[in-house]
Amino acid sequence: MSIMNRHGVFERHSLLLTIGILVVVSIGGIIQMAPLMYMDNTIEKVEGMRPYTPLELAGRDIYIREGCYVCHSQMIRPLRDEVERYGHYSLAAESMYDHPFQWGSKRTGPDLARVGGKYSAEWQVDHLKDPRALVPESIMPPYAFLADKRLKFENISDRLRTERFVGVPYTDEMIENAEGHLIAQADPDNLGYDYFSSLMDEYNAASGREGTVQARDWDGDPTRITEMDALVAYLQMTGTLVDFSVYEADDLSNRR
Amino acid sequence: MPLRGSPSKMKGLSMTNENDIKDVDAHSGVETTGHSWDGIKELNNPLPRWWLYIFYGCIAWAVVYMVLMPALPALPFTNGSHTPGLRQHSDRAIVNTTMAEVAETRRTEANALLSASLEEIETDRDLQQFAFAMGDSLFGDNCATCHGSGGQGSKGYPNLVDDVWLWDGTLEGIEYTLRHGIRQEGDDQTRFSVMPRFGADGLLEVSDIRDLTQYVVHLSGREADAEAISRAAPIYAAQCAFCHGAEGLGDRTQGAPNLTDAEWLYGSETSEIYDTIYNARNSHMPAWSGRLSEAEIKALSVYVHSFGGGE
Repeated sequence: MSIMNRHGVFERHSLLLTIGILVVVSIGGIIQMAPLMYMDNTIEKVEGMRPYTPLELAGRDIYIREGCYVCHSQMIRPLRDEVERYGHYSLAAESMYDHPFQWGSKRTGPDLARVGGKYSAEWQVDHLKDPRALVPESIMPPYAFLADKRLKFENISDRLRTERFVGVPYTDEMIENAEGHLIAQADPDNLGYDYFSSLMDEYNAASGREGTVQARDWDGDPTRITEMDALVAYLQMTGTLVDFSVYEADDLSNRR
Repeated sequence: MPLRGSPSKMKGLSMTNENDIKDVDAHSGVETTGHSWDGIKELNNPLPRWWLYIFYGCIAWAVVYMVLMPALPALPFTNGSHTPGLRQHSDRAIVNTTMAEVAETRRTEANALLSASLEEIETDRDLQQFAFAMGDSLFGDNCATCHGSGGQGSKGYPNLVDDVWLWDGTLEGIEYTLRHGIRQEGDDQTRFSVMPRFGADGLLEVSDIRDLTQYVVHLSGREADAEAISRAAPIYAAQCAFCHGAEGLGDRTQGAPNLTDAEWLYGSETSEIYDTIYNARNSHMPAWSGRLSEAEIKALSVYVHSFGGGE
C-alpha cells in the first residue's frame, strides 16, 4: 500500500485527525507570520517615536471606547491620493506602541493618522461637541458629553504598567509619576505645575527630540480635567512624533 | 485510483495489483471510487476541464508572480527584506517618485504664480485660473473644516468672504497668516497677541466687566446703560484702548478687532461680550508652511483673497 493510501489512519482516529489538522493549519500560519518578525520594514526603528503620555493614553482609551475606529482609520497608504491629502504614508513603527493598532480600512470619516496639529485644539473641541455646527455635511455623531465627564485616572499608573507588560518601554519614573504627568499635561500652570518639567523631560528624552509633548488646557475648561481634554490631547499628538524632515525615504532600506 | 471500501472488500482486493482494478458503474458507464456504503457507490467523475485549467493557470501565475514581484520574505540572503523580484516593485518608491514628479510639475507651473504680483495675477487669466483650481481643492481639504466650505466662517472662526480682517487682508498679509498661523506654538514668526482674561485672572471686578460690556455694546452703536458707560469709560481707556483703540476701531497689527462695527466673531449678545471680556478669546490657527508647499500657499492666498474681501 503506498503512502497515499495511509489516510485511513487519520479517518479512523479522531484525535489523530485533530492533531493533523492543527499541524497543517499552523504551517500556513507560521509561513504567514514568522517572516514578519524578522523583516526590517515591520520592525524598523524610526527617530522620534515615544510611548504615549498618560493623558494621551487615556484619550486613546476613550477613542477606542467610543468606537472612533469604526469610521476612522489611522493608516495612510503609500498611494498618491492618500499622501496628497493626509501627508506622509504611515510607517509600521508609528504604531509600535499601539495595543491594539488602529489601522483599519473602513473610512466613513477621514483618516486620522496625521490629524495632529492640522486643526486647532479649539476646533477639535467645537467639532466633537457639534460636528454639524462646523461642517454642515458631516454625519459624525456629537460627543458633547465628553466635555462634561470628569476623566477617571486614579488607576493610570497601573494602566501604564500594563502597557509595559506588553512591551512599551515606560520607565519606573513614568509609571510612578503617571498621575502627576497626566495632570501636568492638562493643567500645566496650576495643579500640574510641579510635574510639568518632569513630564517634558521624561517623554522628550524617550522621543529623542524636543517638542513632542504639548501641555495646555485642551477643552477650554481649565477648572477640571475631562474626557474631552484627554481625547483632544491624543488627537493633537497623532502622527506628529516622527520628524519626517530627517526620515530618509530614499534610503534603500526604506524603499520597500 | 486508490481503492477504499468495506474492510472485507479491502482484504480481498489487497491481494491483486491496484492498477488493474476498475470498478465501473454499469448504469452510467463511469468508473466509481470503489467506496461502498450498503451497496451504494460513488461515481468518480473527472474534474470539469474549465476548472482544472484555471487551477493549473493559477499555479503557473503564482510562479510567474513570484519571479517578477517581491515575494519570499526573510530568507538568509535577503538581508532582512524579501526577494525583490525582477521588476523591483516598491509601493513606497513609486509614491516617492510620483510625489516628487507632481511637486516638480507644480513648482514649474507655479513659478509664474510665485513671482507674479497680485495685479499680474488679476489680469492674467491663465494664472488666475491655475491659482483658483489649486486653491479650491486645497481650501476644501484644509480650510473649509473651520472657515466653512464657502469661506463664510462660523462663530469663533472668521468669515473670509467679507471685508473685515483681524490681521491683514492684503495678498501678502493672507499669505503670511497662512504660512505662520495665528498663535502657533513653536513658530516664532506667528501672528501673536494675548487678550488678558480680565475676569478669570481677577484683573477686573465683575461689576467693572458688566460696565465694560455695556460700553462695548455702546461702541457698536447700540442702546446701552448710560450710567454704566460713564463708569466704564476710564476703565476702557486704561485696559482696552491700548489694543482696541481709544475709539474702539481696533488695531490690525495686534489682531485686535474693531468694536464699532456689526461684525462679531464670538457673538454680539451682552452675555457673549461679557464672556469674552471675562475669559478672553485667543483663538489659534495652525501654521501651514510645514504641511503645504510654497506654491500651494501662494495659490491659497490668491484664492482666499478673491473671495470678495481681499484688499
